[in-house]
Amino acid sequence: MELFDNLALGFGVAFTFQNLIYAFIGCLLGTLIGVLPGVGPVATIAMLLPATYALPPVAALIMLAGIYYGAQYGGSTTAILVNLPGEASSVVTMIDGYQMARKGRAGPALAAAGLGSFFAGCVGTLILAAFAGPLTEVAFKFGPAEYFSLMILGLIGAVVLASGSLIKAVGMIVLGLLMGLIGTDVNSGVARFSFDIPELTDGVGFITIAMGVFGYGEIISNLSKPEEEREVFTAKVTGLMPTAEDFKNMVPAVLRGTFLGSALGILPGGGALLAAFAAYTIEKKTKLKPGEVPFGQGNIRGVASPESANNSASQTSFIPLLTLGIPPNAVMALMVGAMTIHNIQPGPQVMTSNPELFWGLIASMWIGNAMLIILNLPLIGIWIKLLTVPYRWLFPAIVLFCAIGVYSTNNNTWDIWMVAMFGVVGYTFIKLGMEPAPLLLGFILGPMMEENLRRAMLLSRGDWSVFVTRPLSAGLLAAAVLLLVIVALPSIKSKREEAFVEE
Amino acid sequence: MNIKSQKDFFSGLFYTVAGSAFAYGATNYTVGTGARMGPGYFPLLLGILLALIGAFVMFKALTVETQDGDKIGSWAWKPLLFIISGNVLFGILLGGLPSLGVPAMGLIAAIFGTTLVVSLAGDTFKLKEVLVLATILSIGSYGAFVLLLKLQFPVWPTFITG
Repeated sequence: MELFDNLALGFGVAFTFQNLIYAFIGCLLGTLIGVLPGVGPVATIAMLLPATYALPPVAALIMLAGIYYGAQYGGSTTAILVNLPGEASSVVTMIDGYQMARKGRAGPALAAAGLGSFFAGCVGTLILAAFAGPLTEVAFKFGPAEYFSLMILGLIGAVVLASGSLIKAVGMIVLGLLMGLIGTDVNSGVARFSFDIPELTDGVGFITIAMGVFGYGEIISNLSKPEEEREVFTAKVTGLMPTAEDFKNMVPAVLRGTFLGSALGILPGGGALLAAFAAYTIEKKTKLKPGEVPFGQGNIRGVASPESANNSASQTSFIPLLTLGIPPNAVMALMVGAMTIHNIQPGPQVMTSNPELFWGLIASMWIGNAMLIILNLPLIGIWIKLLTVPYRWLFPAIVLFCAIGVYSTNNNTWDIWMVAMFGVVGYTFIKLGMEPAPLLLGFILGPMMEENLRRAMLLSRGDWSVFVTRPLSAGLLAAAVLLLVIVALPSIKSKREEAFVEE
Repeated sequence: MNIKSQKDFFSGLFYTVAGSAFAYGATNYTVGTGARMGPGYFPLLLGILLALIGAFVMFKALTVETQDGDKIGSWAWKPLLFIISGNVLFGILLGGLPSLGVPAMGLIAAIFGTTLVVSLAGDTFKLKEVLVLATILSIGSYGAFVLLLKLQFPVWPTFITG
């Protein structure tokens, strides 16, 4: 079987001592930062990205993937123990997880999240490996028109999932696309919107945007809220192992969550957040067994299913990135940036030109998941200690690491001025209820979209109908329109608002 | 006319202003035709689109009733000021401002300066505590970034290292 040959190649790469170490460091650092309340995967990856500059590309990507899972998992620990979402996708974990912790069942809740995530991660990795090949074949049939339409679909998908107003999210995308165009135009060599500032001819650094908007913006907004009474369950978490009864409830929930998550992760714009919400909704709809704890009061299924879903979705959301070079969400947009820094152009050619990197990354995803289990369950005591560190010590450290990270990208203080500006902009976005994730996605896709639009139009000699006459492209655009129509339907619209508001 | 949703109204305004600015800027570059797009084509298109989206959002904010007026609420000036200026101070201390003749003070001074200023953003400020924190962060950053990751930083002030 080709699949197994490929996986064997991947494991060969990933199982070198050096790469195992980097996967481990990535998971460790990711968990460390991800556990901190209010710091999600995007901010974590942006903050830790500079740490990978000096590494060889394979090791750097393996470490980044580790950071991503670590951050994701760290977020659930915070959700369960402190009732604060470490990141958006653990908002649903909070509901039942925190209730379990209050009833003294923090251990089983953490174990359910960990074991569920591990299982989901394994399935997600297998799906990724199985789909990567065929999808890459499809990708080679794509011309510029198809790519352009695919990006439209991806961006629309991202909007549909933004939590606030649809039209405002579209605005954020367009703004992001425009910001992505700042800098030297590759075709004509004209420096656009650079105001004769030499640093701007290279474009705006995506790290400065990510850190300013997601890092500083969030911190400022957190500080403006009055210090809440936080109840942290610092008492030793005893009895990690769920009971047999728990297992019986957990297993079907984990399975449901895993498959739902895998499917939703592949969709453009999909990803961990949607998967977790959808999984929790489904669990809530299934009938309670007699004697089972109701949802919202500490039902273990309410932890196991969304956690499995968000983990399998974070695996499968690598599929569009690795096969088509299109990032489906903000985290993957950061991954594109990271790959570009290491001179890898994400897309179908990665699999053929860099098979070690491609399969090595996939194999290391599985390894990363295994490490998370090893790291988290026995070491949970350390993470709990970390949660008791007061925020007034944490935020200066976070600001400092952001500043150091930004500076080390180019060893240039210019980036520090830029991140200050984006910090102000980011806080403004939060105040005005504008979702920042679509902006980052648009920013990464801006130059790619322009390039493909230009090529497609050049080939068609200025005929816009090329996007609807080529069947693949027309299909993608139709899917985008369909998505928009579905979301705009009154019944779905109210459901969507409900889903995002309710919790 | 009453603004029904303050948040949306100003978001819309933001989009319209930004979109118009980009579109106006794009006209300085060759726009070209559909088949041969110049550097101004795509930004002009997007700028107009963004300005229209902004206009639509503003229109909605003026006409569609919301429950509580969707107020922006008060701005957190204190954290905003201290976080941002702490960040800027980091840049100034680390790299100096050659144009103004400010010398580079290096990483350690920058860490102390930033930690002090940023800490002012919080509700409680205890000088002793902050100094301890800054010391820990300095040692940690030096170990992690300079020794371990070998990133290039000016560590000490230029007038000491020369």
